Amino acid sequence: MALLEVRSLSKSIGPAKILNEIDLTVERGEILGLIGPTGSGKTTLLRLINLLDEPSTGSILFDGRMVSGKPEKELLSARRKMAMVFQKPVMFKASVEANVSYGLRMRGCVDATDATGGKMGMIDRVEESLAAVGLSGYRSRDANTLSGGETQRIALARALILQPELLLLDEPTANLDPGSAASIDSLLQSLAGSRTAVILATHNMQQCRKLAGRVAVLQSGRLMALGKSEEITLPW
Amino acid sequence: MEEIYSGLLRALELIAARDPQVVEITIRSFFISLSSAFLAGIICIPLGGIIEFRQFWGKRALINLIQTFYSLPTVTVGLLVFLLISRSGPLGGLNLLFSPSGMIFGQAILVSPIMIGLTITALAGVSTQIRDTAKSLGATEMQIIITVIKEARVAVMAAVLLGFGRALSEVGVAMMIGGNIRGYTRVLTTSIALETSMGNLELSMALGIILISISLAINLLLNRFQGR
Repeated sequence: MALLEVRSLSKSIGPAKILNEIDLTVERGEILGLIGPTGSGKTTLLRLINLLDEPSTGSILFDGRMVSGKPEKELLSARRKMAMVFQKPVMFKASVEANVSYGLRMRGCVDATDATGGKMGMIDRVEESLAAVGLSGYRSRDANTLSGGETQRIALARALILQPELLLLDEPTANLDPGSAASIDSLLQSLAGSRTAVILATHNMQQCRKLAGRVAVLQSGRLMALGKSEEITLPW
Repeated sequence: MEEIYSGLLRALELIAARDPQVVEITIRSFFISLSSAFLAGIICIPLGGIIEFRQFWGKRALINLIQTFYSLPTVTVGLLVFLLISRSGPLGGLNLLFSPSGMIFGQAILVSPIMIGLTITALAGVSTQIRDTAKSLGATEMQIIITVIKEARVAVMAAVLLGFGRALSEVGVAMMIGGNIRGYTRVLTTSIALETSMGNLELSMALGIILISISLAINLLLNRFQGR
């Protein structure tokens, strides 16, 4: 059973059709590249999958359960198994620690179990997530004084700490220097085959080929192609 | 002019000497107005959040109505609260009339529109990306409201301070609900009105100077919060 199944998903805003009859599935542990030019509907699709917006028509199944169009309580339950990193992430007016631990605190989580079965406190978990994005030692910094690249990586740490089943990334390396982008890429590569599935929206085909097993091509709100990354050729 | 000058000097003497009557009235004013601002704050800030975040029929009209009530005459609120808490009113059994508790209740109602309205404005100023981020990270609706209130804390604090300022400087509710009872419900504004009518200008001016000083302090505090 696929982790995520999107069926005939459409989104219109007024007369404008932003997404048109999208069908796709994502398996557990898979990295799916979502490629398309600016304005092709990548962000809209990610927002619909993250249950932030309601589709105009169509449905979304998560973990075999229909989630679209359900009451907020059910949407929240599904949303808490996902995490999304926005293209231009914003930080709360607080420390890096408060930002990274936000999702956990909203879930009422304090402790977790590490790989050896030991208990990990909130601070340890924050430190671990920051180390994963290469920002160890940033815990006490004011999150609103960081550079664009650092903000992007903190946003990724804020998502990773939740150990989501589905990670939605909207151009996560667009604002990063080549070195930082490469370290994020290797972090994402390490997620392949884990319990976390990733949908990586980008307009960088090279990045898609490097990270994603399959690629979905979006253009003008339509799914133009879906297949193995090495077999896909872009229509533009 | 000489009368005003000598009255001003005498007023400053009363303040400098910490005249017991002046101190007592000032402390009571502070207590009642702070309590009413606090009471209104704990109700109006979440209420403002709910109005801002929920979509419902007539929302725009409700916000317009709240904004209209910013300048509601204090005597009108005084009359309304009087009818509510007088012996034959629906809340008559609570014995709030001519008591500090009644004044707190009345002033809380008076400042509610300002607090709700300014809270709505403050929250509307927080970027929708903050809401989306909180939502995508698994916050419940109430957690999102609390997060946005925290993000807008400076502007929300300004709303509370303005509410406190309005409560402290109003006279209608204090007079009609408190009854201006010496040593019990007499506050700065009602004392100024009474002492002036009795020709005791020195005391009136001393209390007036204190009232203006407090207003100035509130304004300075507001500017400090807003980083100006």
